Amino acid sequence: MMDKDSQQPFDVLVIGAGPAGMAAAVRAAERGGRVGIVDDNPNCGGQIWRGAEDDHGQEATAWSSRLRNADITKLFGMRVFHQPETGVLLAEGTDDVCELRYTNLVLATGARERFLPFPGWTLPNVMGAGGLQAMVKSGLPVRGKRVVVAGTGPLLLAVAAYLRKQGAEIPIICEQASWSSLARFGVGLLGRPGKITQGLQLKKELAEIPFAANSWPIGAHGGQVLESVTISRGGKTEVIACDFLACGFHLVPNVELQSLLGCQISGGFVQVDEFQQTSVQRVFCAGEPTGIGGVELALVEGQIAGLAAVGEKNAAQKLFGERRESHRFARMLDRAFRLRPELRSLPSAETIVCRCEDVPYSRLQEHRSWRAAKLHSRCGMGPCQGRVCGPATQFLFQWNPDSVRPPVFPARVGSLGRVVSGL
Amino acid sequence: MHDSLLRAVTLSVNGSPVAVPAGATVAVAVAIAGQPCRRSVSGEPRGPLCGMGICFECRVSINGTPHCRSCQIVCEPGMEVRTDG
Repeated sequence: MMDKDSQQPFDVLVIGAGPAGMAAAVRAAERGGRVGIVDDNPNCGGQIWRGAEDDHGQEATAWSSRLRNADITKLFGMRVFHQPETGVLLAEGTDDVCELRYTNLVLATGARERFLPFPGWTLPNVMGAGGLQAMVKSGLPVRGKRVVVAGTGPLLLAVAAYLRKQGAEIPIICEQASWSSLARFGVGLLGRPGKITQGLQLKKELAEIPFAANSWPIGAHGGQVLESVTISRGGKTEVIACDFLACGFHLVPNVELQSLLGCQISGGFVQVDEFQQTSVQRVFCAGEPTGIGGVELALVEGQIAGLAAVGEKNAAQKLFGERRESHRFARMLDRAFRLRPELRSLPSAETIVCRCEDVPYSRLQEHRSWRAAKLHSRCGMGPCQGRVCGPATQFLFQWNPDSVRPPVFPARVGSLGRVVSGL
Repeated sequence: MHDSLLRAVTLSVNGSPVAVPAGATVAVAVAIAGQPCRRSVSGEPRGPLCGMGICFECRVSINGTPHCRSCQIVCEPGMEVRTDG
């Protein structure tokens, strides 16, 4: 890794190399800015474009090639964990730390899956829907394996289609949303021809996979590893033998870094102006952290942020119309896949909610806030820093998240020493 | 593609050799070896959940360095991976 410490600040530093970050970096660099892009994954593409480039269609290929060809410093496998002073971020790699200076910052930190606890969800081979897909894209063979896909959101369909293509058998997709809310979503899509085409393609791939609405997992069973899943399907229970349960309840944005930097967050999402600038001057945000809206919204927001960050406001403004369109889709997503209240009663008293510290549901019920639960039970105090149990308890108990303190990810002692001694 | 081309990297998981496709992550190698990644604080076996470096369930030790998130690290020939399962 090159020594970044002595160099000039980047005009635009982009955190996150998914679609939003790629678009921001490319547009800023194509306008002549000195641009750097950081991601903790070994490659660009984020979660949605993970793995083989040609698997994700023309749009992904085009942006990847623009990113490759633009003059952009790419820092992959690096995770930002601290901002010691304004304009400086510290990032940790496998065995080094680098100091990144910036004039403008674009935070394109993406989203993660929301996980909800139910009995047995901690068994090995119960994974996120996107989680299992990521593992398969990273080389896990699933040919001949039985995978139950469950939870909520459009990701379930994409994951099921992908896994089937890789040779997995999908006995069922369980979607918690009702048929009526899915139907409304389908009707809403009529205004979005691009989405319809994608949907139809998926429909063809999904034609042979049973799909159940009003359905969700209520228990995962097995000794050392998953063997079967009990689902609630239209009010009846059913046990299904399987090798994997791919289960995620739509997405929650990654806003920890934005929070650390003091960006205003409301309702869980980062607040931005029309140029994607946050409440902090020269700090922009694009993609899922401003609202879950999928790849098209991420791309257009990323472009606006990248252009605005290099002062190209006129070019950015030309994209406002496209962004409005994609926002409509985001609102539809939100309505269609809202979590049903019954899911709050999935955990039993013994069900572990905080997987880092093994805190069961019964130890959380007595508390009235996230902070009280943390102090008394260690819930959310483990290495994931509440990234898994935080959104779960927010849904289960309506607890609000705490403020974020550095490091935003657990860093090595050596890296932290750098914070104390050098700065 | 021929199987021998797909299985291009050999590393060890808990002392036993495991062959994985080139580009596979360490989490995949541990899964192919049939091992959980770690034991939870109360002793439960755990494997990857999020697949993207968020949940920390896939922590293993790699070449003696503990607490590596195996889902974000690509396998290299001869890597020595240890789970505490």
